[in-house]
Amino acid sequence: MTPFLDRDLRVKPINAFIDPPQPQARAIITHGHADHARSGHGAVLATPDTIAIMKTRYGEDCAGTFQALEFGVPLQVDDVQITFFPAGHILGSAQVLLEHKGQRIVVTGDYKTRPDRTAQPFELVKCHLLVTEATFGLPVFQHPDPLDEIQRLLRVAAAHPERAYVIGCYALGKAQRVISLLREAGYDRPIYLHGAMIRLCALYEERGIALGDLRHSLDVPKAELAGQIVIAPPSAIKDRWSRRLPDPVLAVASGWMSVKQRARQSGVELPLIISDHADWNELRETITATEAETIWVTHGREDALVYWCQQQGRLAEPLNIEAYEDGEEEGE
Amino acid sequence: MKAFAQLLELLALTPSRNRKIEALKDYFARTPDPDRGFALAILTGAMDFKNVKPAVLREVVTREVDPALFAMSYDYVGDLGETIALIWPHHGAAGELPSLTELIELFQTTSKAELPKLIASLLTRAEINERWALVKLATGALRIGLSARLAKTALAEMSGKDLQEIEEVWHGITLPYTELFAWLDGRAERPDIDHAARFHPMMLSNPIDEDKDLEKLDPAEFSAEWKWDGIRVQMIASRGRVSLFSRTGDDIAAAFPDVVDAVFGDAVLDGELLVGREFEASSFNDLQQRLNRKVASPKQLAELPAFIRVYDMLFDGQTDIRALSWSERRARLETWFAANPQTRMDLSEVLPFASWEELAQLRRTGADEHGHEGVMVKLKSSPYVPGRPKGLWYKWKRDPNVVDAILMYAQRGHGKRSSFYSDYTFGVWKGNEIVPIGKAYFGFTDEELKQLDKWVRTNTVASFGPVREVKKELVFEVAFDSAQQSTRHKSGVALRFPRINRIRWDKPAGEAATLDDMTVFLSAT
Repeated sequence: MTPFLDRDLRVKPINAFIDPPQPQARAIITHGHADHARSGHGAVLATPDTIAIMKTRYGEDCAGTFQALEFGVPLQVDDVQITFFPAGHILGSAQVLLEHKGQRIVVTGDYKTRPDRTAQPFELVKCHLLVTEATFGLPVFQHPDPLDEIQRLLRVAAAHPERAYVIGCYALGKAQRVISLLREAGYDRPIYLHGAMIRLCALYEERGIALGDLRHSLDVPKAELAGQIVIAPPSAIKDRWSRRLPDPVLAVASGWMSVKQRARQSGVELPLIISDHADWNELRETITATEAETIWVTHGREDALVYWCQQQGRLAEPLNIEAYEDGEEEGE
Repeated sequence: MKAFAQLLELLALTPSRNRKIEALKDYFARTPDPDRGFALAILTGAMDFKNVKPAVLREVVTREVDPALFAMSYDYVGDLGETIALIWPHHGAAGELPSLTELIELFQTTSKAELPKLIASLLTRAEINERWALVKLATGALRIGLSARLAKTALAEMSGKDLQEIEEVWHGITLPYTELFAWLDGRAERPDIDHAARFHPMMLSNPIDEDKDLEKLDPAEFSAEWKWDGIRVQMIASRGRVSLFSRTGDDIAAAFPDVVDAVFGDAVLDGELLVGREFEASSFNDLQQRLNRKVASPKQLAELPAFIRVYDMLFDGQTDIRALSWSERRARLETWFAANPQTRMDLSEVLPFASWEELAQLRRTGADEHGHEGVMVKLKSSPYVPGRPKGLWYKWKRDPNVVDAILMYAQRGHGKRSSFYSDYTFGVWKGNEIVPIGKAYFGFTDEELKQLDKWVRTNTVASFGPVREVKKELVFEVAFDSAQQSTRHKSGVALRFPRINRIRWDKPAGEAATLDDMTVFLSAT
């Protein structure tokens, strides 16, 4: 069966692109991270949360028109039916199910299958062709329970209350997940935010995700931040901003943090292995459960996952889609 | 094992030296014998399992993981031990890991054939951090940036004993160091060991202050030698065994078999390790190549032969002569040399001089004509005192050279200075162009650092990753020990030990040095 999706993720019968890196007339957007959602498209189809995120980040007029589509509600466009299913990656993140002449194609976008209070839980969708991400597509990535990681942070912070704990994370998704995990672990003290975090935390709260007592770190006297948790972009610790903190500990929350040599090289004192992407085991379980005959692998370390699929007797190939992440950082 | 894994992780990830010491102290204070002794051995690299080799671990893993996937992962992670720890697919078997002591016993007593099974079962029982520590421990390659000296410093701080005393007993004690800890805890006397066969902390010198010191010191009471540009070593030959220790007490004998195998006679000698033929010392760079290797290759042994230039004697045979005066020790040393002819050791020449002016002249000629770093000045009546006693040994380095250079690039520092631009590249004029001549870290007060950091941020013209190019307007007075011709640098000049003396806020860049000015510094060597 020839797929009706081409390798640039263009839905051929309706000439619409999924997460296109360049401005296109018709774009289906899986979620709000910058490497998937760009501004400047003509017509955008996305979940209501994703549209809200795009408008917050890029402005009300960052696309010609927006069409909101709720999860699980099919939309017929010519002879293609489009349905969004939760991807569990961040708030509003969707997998796209495309149906055309009896053929089912799922594009996962970024996803994880573990529970996360800040994102709609992942739903498995069976299909013929699966386009999966592979950010952590190597068997060395086996993410631990994120609550254990948070507990470790809280233990260290309790043992050294004279230092400030800066958790480096992305402003969209990871920041809110970490805050929510802290709350889940029973941490009810104020959490301080770097300026870059404020807008999106407010948006999450508006959309019904409770994050507790959040405060701007600006103008807080240095001494008051001892023993406190501050959420900031990972680069902020290297900037003058960090001088206002008492003896800061850099704790970066990311799936990459499992590699200690790497944490060490980037000066991370307290690595927290907390990821919003499927790890090696989740990737394999998902691929198997979709019962897809053909797997296209994109966004990440494609080689190992393609190799594994082929060992399992599936058709698999890497999609060498233009790399728009800057390589080093976790694809948001 | 859990506590040890936590300690290893903290040591690997904490950049602060003080915090590493705190963590070590805490671990040694809370951990019982003999676990802490074994931990100390692992941390100081004194532990080696002859059956547990990286190849065995690799074999254990590739039985459970597809070899192609393992290869791709190893390629990505870059560290074999870490790849194994992360990729191990079986988790959560019941039961805690054995204690450190039990583990080491298992590694030592399990047969080669049974070892893979043992390692597999341990990896499955371990939690993620323990798995990492376990593999590091088994392969002996910790790579966590911890020196043996730091571990000993922690022991000294924990016990209130002198670091020197700990280093003195260090090479005479055996695993798992229970007698050492008993002494450190104040429960026993200092361990008694074979005195001639262990490392003795060295006597160090103080820099001479030409203005204050020279007029008070009587030249007739002092002797002088060249200051050699190698590394300080202690050679111990006792009852047929020869050891070679660096200044920090690390045994480097394995890297210098050419020297060690050629020693004849019993003694503990103090000298400079150098590289060269026929006792003609070549550059420090040549020595560096030998020092970089744990074991010397046959090619290196042939091309870069090493020797020791001896300047003092601590033990004559089995007799401790450290309490004798320098003159008496020197006489004994010369007699010993006459009785025990050597092929890879010679004596450091004693320089004749009648006045400080004469020695100063000698020091200048030595620097200009032979590239000597300066002279050592030693009180003839002084005993051999470990540490850095005042008034006995002086180093009189040749004058630093000074040049006014222009700041070109700045880079952020590390650790506490990671938010400051504290690492500077500077250059001099070559016609209308400025060419870089060197790079130095910041050496000023915190206040000056802040000012400079601000200046860099407001005068940036371009950024390349962590590096900022700045306006070519700020002048530094840069001091350096010597300049050499270099094909690697665009300017053709390389500085040895450059440091920034002061910031010349007042000086216009147009008045900074030119490349032509630099030629007078190029040394003969």
